[in-house]
Amino acid sequence: MSRNTEVFVIGGGPAGLSAAHVAAKLGATTLLVDDSARVGGQLIKQTHRFFGSSNRDAGIRGITIADKLQQDVKEVSDRLTVLENTAAVGFYHNKEAGILSQKAYERVTYQTAIVCTGATENSLTFENNDLPGIYGAGGVQTLMNVHGIKPGQKILMIGSGNIGLIVSYQLIQAGVEVVGLVEGMPTIGGYLVHASKIRRLGVPIYTSHTILKALGTEGVEGAILSRVDEKFQPVPNTELEIKCDCICLAVGLTPLIDLFQQAQCRMVHVGELGGLVPLHDSSMRTTNPEIFVAGDASGIEEATTAILAGRIAGARAYEATHGKSAQAEAIVAEAREELRTLRSGSTGERIRWGRERVLKEVGEC
Amino acid sequence: MLKNDGIISPEELAPVIPPPARLAKGPVAIIECLQDIPCDPCVSACPVKAIKMKEGITDKPALEFDTCTGCGLCIPKCPGLAIFVINMKHTPGMATVSMSHELLPVPEKGQEVTALDRTGKDVGKVKVVRVVNPPGYDRTAVVTIEVPADQVNNIRAIRA
Repeated sequence: MSRNTEVFVIGGGPAGLSAAHVAAKLGATTLLVDDSARVGGQLIKQTHRFFGSSNRDAGIRGITIADKLQQDVKEVSDRLTVLENTAAVGFYHNKEAGILSQKAYERVTYQTAIVCTGATENSLTFENNDLPGIYGAGGVQTLMNVHGIKPGQKILMIGSGNIGLIVSYQLIQAGVEVVGLVEGMPTIGGYLVHASKIRRLGVPIYTSHTILKALGTEGVEGAILSRVDEKFQPVPNTELEIKCDCICLAVGLTPLIDLFQQAQCRMVHVGELGGLVPLHDSSMRTTNPEIFVAGDASGIEEATTAILAGRIAGARAYEATHGKSAQAEAIVAEAREELRTLRSGSTGERIRWGRERVLKEVGEC
Repeated sequence: MLKNDGIISPEELAPVIPPPARLAKGPVAIIECLQDIPCDPCVSACPVKAIKMKEGITDKPALEFDTCTGCGLCIPKCPGLAIFVINMKHTPGMATVSMSHELLPVPEKGQEVTALDRTGKDVGKVKVVRVVNPPGYDRTAVVTIEVPADQVNNIRAIRA
């Protein structure tokens, strides 16, 4: 079987849902595929209130934003088809792609594709890091917030970025004891209000520390931490043993980029964005003119900026088949302005550098 | 220091504490948001426009102490759970602290709960004097506890 669509969106997280909604609302026939059972991406696990502008979803819980985006796409269901449990498995020449569900393999013919594949979790090298009871933070959130299963009773968190801080808080809410949070840098990486929130519930924060090894044979029984010097080398005789039955790794994300490489998009390595990302312009168009990108696949950021970049990509993908549109232009202008304000200030510095580097490479900056 | 251990030091806290004259007048907000992050729901939550961000959304909120009425509507709107309202005019020697509470069980009015300081240390039993938890607050209850006046900026969480 084969399907025909003007806009083909891969990935139903905040970027993909927003891109599909905008493209379909403007008038493009749109197909969205997502390999999970329910669209919403990581938002369906985010029980905390979001930061950002009160003009757009700030102060609202991530799970509520997921519901809103799911409602938005239902509104335009006459032009937008959503296929869950369906993975995009490859691009072919001549604007063709393959999708695979549990039932069938199908071909999709499209005019433009918007790839919003998100990211994968990073791991960390330490002795015994393959013991049962060691999870990525996304896995812990899925167990806990999607399936209602506690990953353990006493958990050690590694990483003080917003994900490590927020997942620690959610674990406490679920009734799990967080025995400590470990960070290699001398300062906390995520928002300090999140850090204070878990600290006042009794979670010690070990900055300038690393995990040397996990203890246990059948499963995690503890961990050995050590202080690190300014070159991140363990300082002798500073080892510290912590009892726990679970270790959660929140040590960053890497953009999921296989499809871009297959579509022969030019890639660039930008550390501030999490690694290799497809080069793209401010319309989120890659060097393959029929492929757009939005969300974490274009550089690790967060859901609100993913939504905005998705709106830009959706509007531009619509214009690619239907021609210039004042309505599309207005959506792009509004989203760009919101992105600019969200990325301003000192906490947005790294992202700004990363984004500017990408735009420089395509000659836009 | 806050950025090393998540604990706000007295020096870091000083700028957001209202002057004694304002404290003596009754309830007032303390916004413990000390970092330039892109977030502004507190600004629109304030019915008397006492919270300002001069440099835009990534600026720190600045509270006009004399405009603030201590109504507490900003408390549940802060995604960082960083806003507290303190009332030094409660009863002689005692003050109240109002805070967001997102843990189960939600305490009830009159209940005794364990007060925790900024490090999570148990600093004794305190009485809950008010719980506000309407559907509009979307599961962030605002709990007010009665505390010794000298503990008003030390107690920052409870365990029910």
